[in-house]
Amino acid sequence: MALFEAHHLHKRFADQVVLEDITLSFEVNQISGIMGPNGAGKTTCFNVLTGRYRPDRGKVLFDGQDITGLPPRKIARHGIARSFQMMNLFDEYTALENIVLALPEVRAKGFSVLHDLAHDGSAQDRGAAVLARIGLAGREHTLSSALSYGQRRALEIGIALAAEPRMLFLDEPTSGLGTDATATLAALIQEIRKSVTIVIIEHDMKFLFDLADRIAVIHWGQVIAQGSPEALGENEWVRASNLGALA
Amino acid sequence: MSILPQALSARLANWFTAPMLVSFLVFGTMPFWIDAVGLYQYLGVEVMIWVIFALAVNLLLGYTGLPSFGHGAFLGIGAYAYGLTQFNVAANLWISLLGAVVVTAALGGLVAALISHRRGIYFALMTIACAQIFYFVASKWTDMTGGEDGLLNILRLPVDLGLTEFSIKSNFNLYYLCFAAYVIIVVLMWRLVHSPFGQIIRAIKQNDSRVAFLGYNVWLYKWLIFTLSCAISGLAGALFAMAQEGAYINIMSLQWSGIVILMVLIGGGFINFWGPVLGVIFYFLARDILGAYTDTWLLWFGLIFVIMVMFKPEGLAGIWHDAQSMFGRRKAKPQPDPSAKPSHAGGD
Ligand SMILES: Nc1ncnc2c1ncn2[C@@H]1O[C@H](COP(=O)(O)OP(=O)(O)OP(=O)(O)O)[C@@H](O)[C@H]1O
Ligand SMILES: [Mg+2]
Repeated sequence: MALFEAHHLHKRFADQVVLEDITLSFEVNQISGIMGPNGAGKTTCFNVLTGRYRPDRGKVLFDGQDITGLPPRKIARHGIARSFQMMNLFDEYTALENIVLALPEVRAKGFSVLHDLAHDGSAQDRGAAVLARIGLAGREHTLSSALSYGQRRALEIGIALAAEPRMLFLDEPTSGLGTDATATLAALIQEIRKSVTIVIIEHDMKFLFDLADRIAVIHWGQVIAQGSPEALGENEWVRASNLGALA
Repeated sequence: MSILPQALSARLANWFTAPMLVSFLVFGTMPFWIDAVGLYQYLGVEVMIWVIFALAVNLLLGYTGLPSFGHGAFLGIGAYAYGLTQFNVAANLWISLLGAVVVTAALGGLVAALISHRRGIYFALMTIACAQIFYFVASKWTDMTGGEDGLLNILRLPVDLGLTEFSIKSNFNLYYLCFAAYVIIVVLMWRLVHSPFGQIIRAIKQNDSRVAFLGYNVWLYKWLIFTLSCAISGLAGALFAMAQEGAYINIMSLQWSGIVILMVLIGGGFINFWGPVLGVIFYFLARDILGAYTDTWLLWFGLIFVIMVMFKPEGLAGIWHDAQSMFGRRKAKPQPDPSAKPSHAGGD
C-alpha cells in the first residue's frame, strides 16, 4: 500500500470545477512529480491534500488513516509538511527564527511561558543545522525579508524540512531560481529523499524528470497521464508541450 | 565584575531588562516628584491604569495583529464587576479584584470564542459589534450598573497584606497599588511575549496560515491571548473604579476604545514593548499641557497623530530607535544587513 493516497478528489469554487476526479498515490521514500499547464489545478490539489480546502468529494489517506478534510494543523501533526508556490515566510523574523518555529520540539513547548527560545541551545542548534542544509549557514540572524530571492526560496523549503516530516509537498520549488540554485536544490532533494516521501509540482521538466520516480500530469482537473519519467517521455501531452525532449 | 553567578544572572535576564528597571525606578519614585514638576498625584494614578490597559490592548494589536477596536468595553466591565463584587460578594479588595478579573476574562473568553476564527477587518468589526452590545446592556440594565448615572460609591478598600494593612484613600497610596499591579503585569507580560507562546502569536500576526501549516492551533492561541488581554483590562478597570470611586458607562464607549488605540499607535506598540507606555504618557501630558491652553486640545492631539502616521508610523518608539542608531548606542548585533528593521519589541 502506498504511504499517501488520494481517491476521486473533486473540488469546485462556486461553479468552477477545479478538480474533476483526481486519484493519486505516492509510494514511501519515492519522489513523485506533478506537472501540468498553468491553472490546471495542481496547487489546488496540494491545498486539498494538506488541509487548506476540504474536498467536495473523495478521500485522502495517509499511512492508512483517513485524513480527508482535516484542518492544516492536524495534517501537519501527522508529519506532513509543505512549501508554497507564493513565498510564505515570517518576514519580521530572522532566518533562524523562521526555522525554529517549525521544529516539532518547539511546537511541543508552544504554551510554556517560562521557556526562552533564544536561550534554547537544542532548538537553536537544530535550527542552525537545517539552515546549513539549505545553504543558509551564516545567515541565521538576517531577517528573512532581507534575504535574496533565492535564499528566501531556500528558506521556504527549510521551514517545511524543519518540521521533520514523513511526507513533504513542494509547490514549484525552483520557480525563479537560477541554474546554480536549481542544481543545489536538486542535490538537497536527493539527500533528503532517503528519509522523506516527496511530492513536487514543477514546471522545470529537466529538474523533475531527473529527480522523480513517478510523474503525474494534471490537466483540466484530471490526471491525464502518469508513469515513470521514461514512459511519460512518450506521452502525447508531454511531447506536445515540447518537454519530453528533455527527459 | 559580576557579583552574581553567571547562571543566575542569565536567569534574571530572562525576567528583567534595563528599560524595565528604569521604568520601575521612574514610576516607583513618581509620587515624590510629580508635584514638583507642576503635575498632580491623580495624574499618576490615571497614567498607571491606562498604561496597564494599553499594554493589554497591545498584546492583541501589536503582538498578535488582532485589531480590537472595542476594548473599552472590557475596561468598563472590569470596573462594574469590581463594584458589584464589592457590594454583593465581599467588601474585600482582593476578592473584588479577583471578581473583576474573572468576570472580564469570562466575558472576554466568550467574545473570543465567537471571533477567533476571524481576522483583519472582520475581526475588528466583530469586536466593535460586541463592544456595542456590552455598552447597550450596561446602559439599559440599570439595576446592575446604575445606567447613565453609573455605579456610585465604590470604595477604595484597604489593602490587606496579612501582617499589615494600608489604606488607599489617598491618591498617593492608591498610586502604589496601581504601581504594584504595573510591576506584576509588566514582568509577566514581558516573559510571556518572549516565550515560545509570544513567538507564536507574533508569527500569527505575520502569517497566520503558515502557522497553522506548522501544526499550531491558531484559533486557540488567538482565543487565549484575547482572553488574557481582557483579564488584564478587567484589572485596569477595577483600578479605574477605585480611582473614580465609581463605575461609569462612559469608558465603555467606542471613543475610549479608539483613544487607547491612538495611545498604542502613537507610542509605537507595533515595534516596541514599551510603545504603549510612551503613548499613554504622551497622551496625558498632551491633555494636561495642551489642555491648559485650549479646550480643543484633542483636535491638536489628533493632528499630532496624523502627522505621526504620515512621517513616523512606528511612533515614539520609532523615533527612539532612530535616535539610538544615530548616536551609535545600539550595540552592534550580528546583523549583516543594515536595512534590516528591528523585529517587534527588539530585545531591549
Ligand atoms: N480559492 C480559490 N477560489 C476560487 N478559485 C480558485 C481558488 N484557488 C484556485 N482557484 C482557481 O482554480 C484554478 C486552478 O488553480 P491552481 O492554482 O490550482 O492552478 P495551478 O495548476 O497550480 O497553476 P500554476 O501552474 O499557475 O500554479 C484556477 O483557475 C484558479 O483561478
Ligand atoms: Mg500552482
